[in-house]
This record gives sequence, structure tokens and C-alpha cells, in this order.
Amino acid sequence: MSKKMHITMTVNGKEEEFLAEPRELLIYTLRERLNITGPHIGCETSHCGACTVTIGGKSVKACTMFVAQADGADITTIEGIGGPDDLHPLQTAFKEHHGLQCGYCTPGMITRATKLLEENPNPTEEEIRFGMAGNLCRCTGYQNIVKSIQAAAAEMAAAKEAAE
Amino acid sequence: MKDEVTREERIDSLKGMGCSRKRVEDARFTQGKGNYVDDIKLDGMLFGDFVRTPYAHARIVSINTEEAMKVPGVLAVLTAADLEPLGLHWMPTLAGDKQMVLADGKVLFQGQEVAFVVAEDRYAAADGIEQVEVEYEELPVIVDPFEALQSDVVLREDLVGEGGTLPDGAHGPRKHHNHIFTWEAGDKDPTAEVIAEADVVAEESMYYHRTHPCPLETCGCVASMDKVNGKLTLWGTFQAPHAIRTVVSLISGIEEHNIRVISPDIGGGFGNKVGAYPGYVCSVVASIVTGKPVKWIEDRMDNLMTTAFARDYHMTGKIAATKEGKITGLQCHVTADHGGFDACADPTKFPAGFMNICTGSYDIPTAYLEVDGVYTNKAPGGVSYRCSFRVTEAVYFIERMIEVLAIELNMDAAELRRINFIKKEQFPYTAALGWEYDSGDYHTAWEKALKAVDYEGLRAEQAQRVADFKAGKTRSLMGIGLSFFTEIVGAGPVKNCDILGLGMFDSCEIRIHPTGSAIARLGTISQGQGHATTFAQILASEIGLPADSITIEEGDTDTAPYGLGTYGSRSTPVAGAATAMAGRKIRAKAQMIAAYLLEVHDNDVEFDVDRFVVKGAPEQFKTMKEIAFAAYNQAIPGIEPGLEAVSYYDPPNMTYPFGAYVCVMDIDVDTGVPDIRRFYALDDCGTRINPMIIEGQVHGGLTEALAVALGQEIAYDDMGNVKTGTLMDFFLPTAWEVPNYETDHTVTPSPHHPIGAKGVGESPHVGGVPCFSNAVQDAFRPFGNRHTNMPHDHWRIWKTANDLGLHD
Repeated sequence: MSKKMHITMTVNGKEEEFLAEPRELLIYTLRERLNITGPHIGCETSHCGACTVTIGGKSVKACTMFVAQADGADITTIEGIGGPDDLHPLQTAFKEHHGLQCGYCTPGMITRATKLLEENPNPTEEEIRFGMAGNLCRCTGYQNIVKSIQAAAAEMAAAKEAAE
Repeated sequence: MKDEVTREERIDSLKGMGCSRKRVEDARFTQGKGNYVDDIKLDGMLFGDFVRTPYAHARIVSINTEEAMKVPGVLAVLTAADLEPLGLHWMPTLAGDKQMVLADGKVLFQGQEVAFVVAEDRYAAADGIEQVEVEYEELPVIVDPFEALQSDVVLREDLVGEGGTLPDGAHGPRKHHNHIFTWEAGDKDPTAEVIAEADVVAEESMYYHRTHPCPLETCGCVASMDKVNGKLTLWGTFQAPHAIRTVVSLISGIEEHNIRVISPDIGGGFGNKVGAYPGYVCSVVASIVTGKPVKWIEDRMDNLMTTAFARDYHMTGKIAATKEGKITGLQCHVTADHGGFDACADPTKFPAGFMNICTGSYDIPTAYLEVDGVYTNKAPGGVSYRCSFRVTEAVYFIERMIEVLAIELNMDAAELRRINFIKKEQFPYTAALGWEYDSGDYHTAWEKALKAVDYEGLRAEQAQRVADFKAGKTRSLMGIGLSFFTEIVGAGPVKNCDILGLGMFDSCEIRIHPTGSAIARLGTISQGQGHATTFAQILASEIGLPADSITIEEGDTDTAPYGLGTYGSRSTPVAGAATAMAGRKIRAKAQMIAAYLLEVHDNDVEFDVDRFVVKGAPEQFKTMKEIAFAAYNQAIPGIEPGLEAVSYYDPPNMTYPFGAYVCVMDIDVDTGVPDIRRFYALDDCGTRINPMIIEGQVHGGLTEALAVALGQEIAYDDMGNVKTGTLMDFFLPTAWEVPNYETDHTVTPSPHHPIGAKGVGESPHVGGVPCFSNAVQDAFRPFGNRHTNMPHDHWRIWKTANDLGLHD
């Protein structure tokens, strides 16, 4: 249809370069072009947060960003947060405190939580609930998600203290 | 050799039933390595999507696909005319009706599937959809079932015979061309007599609004027809993969052994993914036509507008009692809005599901229920949204009727419940509407709940609040929501439960490997319930191998034994029972092997945690691990090699989980905003397999209940337009709106279930909705409120206050 654009971006530390229609949504770029299927699609209207990624230090819903807008961006998805050999404390805490059930919201939820804890390493319950309100979960009722984030925050604080 | 490990340590190392084992599913989900249907990518895969009607009722004058076919990337556009030669333009529904796969001459609800565009990718499909020209001739729209039963407008001409005669429907005679069925339970005349003669009768009409399960992942599938070997593989968001395989075979004519249905990871179901949808049929046809794999994934709007609504029950009740409050009779009439096709997902003999559990937890001697199903210009569905078939409606009905009766009697609603509960010694209890409740101890649960929340103290505080409000000291009211529910889950006994003729048993097949680990496959499929974790726990306790050494696999019809899937809280009651029974078969064979190895008679050894020991000589034993190896490496006289078992379990009865919930809510009279300051949930699901997972299920179910009670709704305007088709309008609570819940339990094992478990996933939704609603209603009771309909969103609560003159 329309003219293709030359796009470059860094995803989870890897340089990517391709031609794409500017109307392509970033979530499809990630999922279908780059086979990064951790971020999910739940609404395509920015409400549910299943597609949350981190771009330039901010939480972004990839379902409502055009790939043209992400040209040159540095993007982190759940796949870049931690893997089998280097789990992020949030990934461990979500398992430990039963912060997930069907798992569909989980990548977006954890990705968002990494930013929340960067911005506020010691959040109150209220701050967590407010800071996570852009990510919907249909299974857990959020109680154990809050608990998981609190536990990860404590774990990260302890690790930081030990390192200092 | 002396065994230095204690018996307790041996039990703990199994991670069997009763322990909060961490979930084995979580590693992949937390690392973004889940495998959901939209993650599937096959060589040459195409993408299909629907042209949908903007009109709720219209005749199709013409469909022109010419321009669409010119769009780059578009390969095919299917219409009903293309499906008709295959006999696939209509398909059977689970409720005995039939449903258009693609619009055949007319459309009956907004969003109905009109044409299927198949293209190289989603964008090309969307471009193609834009170019399909459909000419409609608008017809009168009916969105109200009462109007439908009076109207001359015929919604389903296909169900009217020559000269306007009305052939019987799947559930008997029909009263009107827009009427689907009448279904009755109980005794009509005796109930009318009891009501006519009663000291006190409370009457109420209530509308349980239409809503939607709305799992975070929408429905979808990938169909791949391999023309070389004639095999069809269908991946999809199926809560019942085997049933889907049978349905696909029946309607397509492809032999069942040539169809493989796979449910990969499923991103929540809540009933949405039980049914068979036009997208599945069209994907299969498109794959056969193009010879390539075809993917279809709903977007959120498609999901909310077309697949699987829930509820939409207009209920009218009469409840009779003595002056002292002893209930003597109950009558219920339901006008059920089923939309354009009757596609309810219920066992065949139950067109209104288990609505006849509507006598609830109470000893009501006489009762009568009548349900009329009606066609309207709304989406088809009628699924059980996080509940067993229509149980949410039934429990809401009785728990509201109890509150209304309490008002009529000027009595405390907790006390009214207490004096009417079925007593512990009455179980097994046969209810007036026919069900045999297997077990229960309601009084103990109720007293524990009321004590935990200091019920008397709450009532005193509430009275003080009312006094303060009247004195102008506060603009906030306090509501105490009570609910006591009995569920009916685990469908079900083959003698009365089937879907499309398939008995609702379930199954488990176990293979023990030589080195003492195992794989078990089941006919169910997890959508977040954690089956891979909990079923391994059941087995660990049954066969004495660690849960960590047992793989659980579900959802692949080529490998799993036949089962009816996961919905209606049936996995633990039915497949969980099959798992235990298959485990016991393993154990029985292991006992013979152990006896041989220990050189004693079979009856001289007994099972102990993870081994068989010689009776009276526990130092002589063979562990299950040793026995497993022996099964593969020794020629044992009279015993076949190997250690495998399969069980198909036909439950003798349903299970009847119950619970006692209390919600304390402050309501701002001037804004209508409720603040849930406390929610206490006591659940009795019988034997508890994994307390951590039970608690998680309760949190989630309560949150879905909160949503339904306080705002979530599929609303239509008079033209049949869906007003709540996106997550902007359709309420899903965020972390900000949801309280912390207090969970508690009692344990009353099911007497007929092999491990006494009853199921829990849906209880909190069933019990939660009336509890939240009762809290809102209770806040206004001192000012004359009797009943207001859900959803109690801020505006409606404000309106209630306004109608009661509280803003004057």
C-alpha cells in the first residue's frame, strides 16, 4: 500500500534494521517481524497494558505506537529483563508470591514494575496500586501482584545494601 | 540399611496435596516464553478476519467482493454462498439451535460475521475488509425480550413453518415465533398454594444484566490443513479441545482421527472459550481452500460484541415464610435473553443450566422455577462466566430474595439465613428443585464468618452512621453485604449431563518412567488455574513419587485421553477424580510388584507415603522408585511389564462447594462512589489441594465479581448498537479499585469424590456478586431501599440516593 520506511531500532540490546510501512504498530513489529512474543495484545486501545515495553526509560504501550514513531528507539521487552540464568528479582517474586495465573498480562506487568521500582525503589502499597493501574489482570485480583512487587522491592533494596 | 529420613520429611518431599507448591507454569510466563495461539507462526501462514454488520437486524441485499479481491495481499473473500455447497454456512450450537457461520440472507445482531477476508497479513486483511461492499436493508430491531414476545417481527424465519406454524424447538414447544423454550423445575401448583396461604410473601423483580467474561487474551485459532496426508491441525483458545475435535469432525466430515486439536497456553477463559465460533469454521475452510495455514484472532471489540456474553436474565421471584421467618416456598420466573441464536453453553438437558439450584443454601420445602428463553437482536452466547451453568444467576436471585424477605419481616438478614440453612445432619439433602446436595456444614461456616468480622459490632457502627447521617454529621453511609452460597459444580454424571451427546466424564492417563518419574495427561485444559502444578500434587500423594518428578500435559487431542474440558469448575471434581483413580490403579499394580520383590503375599504389604512396607515390619520396604524400575527390568510372573494406567471417571454426583462472604462498604452519597473497606471470604471447597492456588482463585473471582456488581456491562441502545465495546466503556477493575481480601476456610470433604475435593475457581464469583450488591443495597435499606438493579456504578448509586431523597 503505502511507501515503506527505513527503520532502525535496538531491541533488548540487539540492533534491528528493516523496511516497514509507517502504519505498522510497534507491537506487530516486535511480535511478527522480530518474533519477540513476550509482549501480548489485549485491547489495542492502550487500556490493558499487556503490550507494555520500555522505551528510552519510559513504560510504553506498544499497541498504540507506530513503528515510525519508534525509529531509532532503544526498546526493552520482558525478554530483555531476565532469562533462565539471570532472573530479575521481579520474575522470582511473581512466582514466589503467586503474582500470576494465566500469564497473559505477566510480561507487561513485570516490564511495567521494573520501571515503577526504578522510579520509586521503596513504594507504598498505594503507590504500587496507582503505578500499576495501567496494567489489567483478569485472574489475580492484584493482591498477589502487589505482594510480589513489594517483595521484589525489598529484595532489591537488600541486594543494593549488601553491594554498598 | 537404616532409613534416616523421617516420615514427615518423606511426606514433605513429595509436595503432595495440601501444600502450597509454587507453580511450575510460572518460569515460562514470567520470562515471556508462554506459547499462546497468537504466538504461533507457520510457514506461509495467512490471516483471516471478518466483515461485520453495523446493523443489528437487516436483510442482506448484496455482497460485492470484487474490489476487495484487488487489494494487494488479499487471497480470498468467503461469504455464505461459498460455504453453502459445503453445508457450512450454518453450524449447530451447543444448545440444540443452529447459528449462521456467515450471514445467510440476513443479520441478527451488530457485529455478526458477514464475510471472511483471507490475506497475507493482518493489514492486508483489514484493507480488504474496507473494500467489501455490503448492501443492507434495515429491519426493525428488538433488544428487549418482553417486546420480542409480543412483536410481529420475526427474528428467525428459519424456525417458522409453513403458514406461520411453530415447529418445536430443541427443548419442546414454543409459544411465539421469538420464543425459544420453556423449561420448568419443581411443583407449580403446590408452590402457588404455599404462597397463597403464607403469613408473609416477599416479591421482587430483578434484572441480572448482560456482561462478558472478557479474558485478557481474546479468542483465536490457527487452522492448518495438510493436503498431503489429509490431516487437519487446529490450534486455538479452546476450553474443551476434544469436544471441538468432535464438532469439527461432525460438521466438516473430516474423520476424527485426521483432526488434531491443540489448546496451547490460554490467556484466561472464564467461559468465553467454551463455545464454537464462526472464526474457527472459516479458518478451517480457508485453510482447505488455500492449502495454507490460516490464523484468526479476535480484536477486543469483536470479542466483546460477538463471542460469548453472559447472564441477561430478567428474574421475578416470590418467597413465602412464616411470621417467624421460616421459609415455606419459593417461586422464580426467568425471561432469558439469548440473542439472535441460542448458543448457550449448557449440558443438553439443561437449557437454563443449573438455574434450579436457586433454592440456594436453604431448606425450602416447596419451589417452582420456570424459564422462558427468547430471541432478540443481540449477540448469541449465554456462557457461564466464571461459574457453573447459570449458578451465578441462581445464587444472585436467592441471595437478593433473602434480603428482600428480611426487609418484609423486619428481620436481620444474617439471622434469617441462620434459621433457614439446611442443617448439617440433613445431608445428603434433596432440594425441592431436584438436586441432591452431597455435603455441607453451613451453620459452622456462617458463625465463623460473622464472628471474624464482628458482625454485631458492624451493625452497631452502621446504626451510628445512619444516626450521624440523619443528624447531618456525615455524607457517607455504610453497607454490610452478606452472602451465603452453595454452588453446584463438576458436571457431571453421564446419566444426566452431556454436551452434544458427549457424556461429561473426564480422564487421566499416567505413564511411570523406569527411573521413577512420570507423565500424566488429562482431558482438561488449564487457562491459568495451574493444573500442571495441582494435578501433580494429587498424583504425588496417590502414587508416592514427588510432584516435581511428574509432568502434567493437557490440550493435545492426539496425546491426551478424551475429556470434556475445563469450565464449570469441573477439572478438580471430574478430572481430579480421574487422576486419583488412575493413580490408585498404578498403586494396585505397584503393590503386586512390591510383594513379589519382598517375597510376601500381596496382602502382606501396605502403602506408606512413598513406598510399600511389609505389614508389621516397616524396615522391609520397596520405594515407588524401586518398584517403577522393577516394572521395566524384571520378568515378574503373572504381571505385564510397564507401569501405566488410565481412568475415565464418571462422577456419581455433582459437588457442592459453599461459602460465607461479608463485604463492608462506605458509600459517598453525593458522588455515588463506594469504598470497599473490608471483604471477608470463607470458602469450603472440601479437601484443599494447594492453599496458595485456592487463595489466588478466590482473589481473582472476587475481583471479577466486583466488576460485574459495580459496573461491568454489555449495554445496547434501542438500535441494537453495543455501547460498551471497548475497554474504555467496559469496566475491568485496575489495581487501584480493588481492595485486599481476607480469605478463610472450613473443610467439608465431598463424600463421593475420591479425594473429597469440590472445586473452587468459580465460588468467589458466584458468592461475590450478591455480596457486593447486597452491600450497596444494605447501605440504603434504612432509607427505604428494597432492590435496585446492578451494575451499581457510581451514577446508579448516586441515582439510588437521589431517588430516596438523600440529596434533598
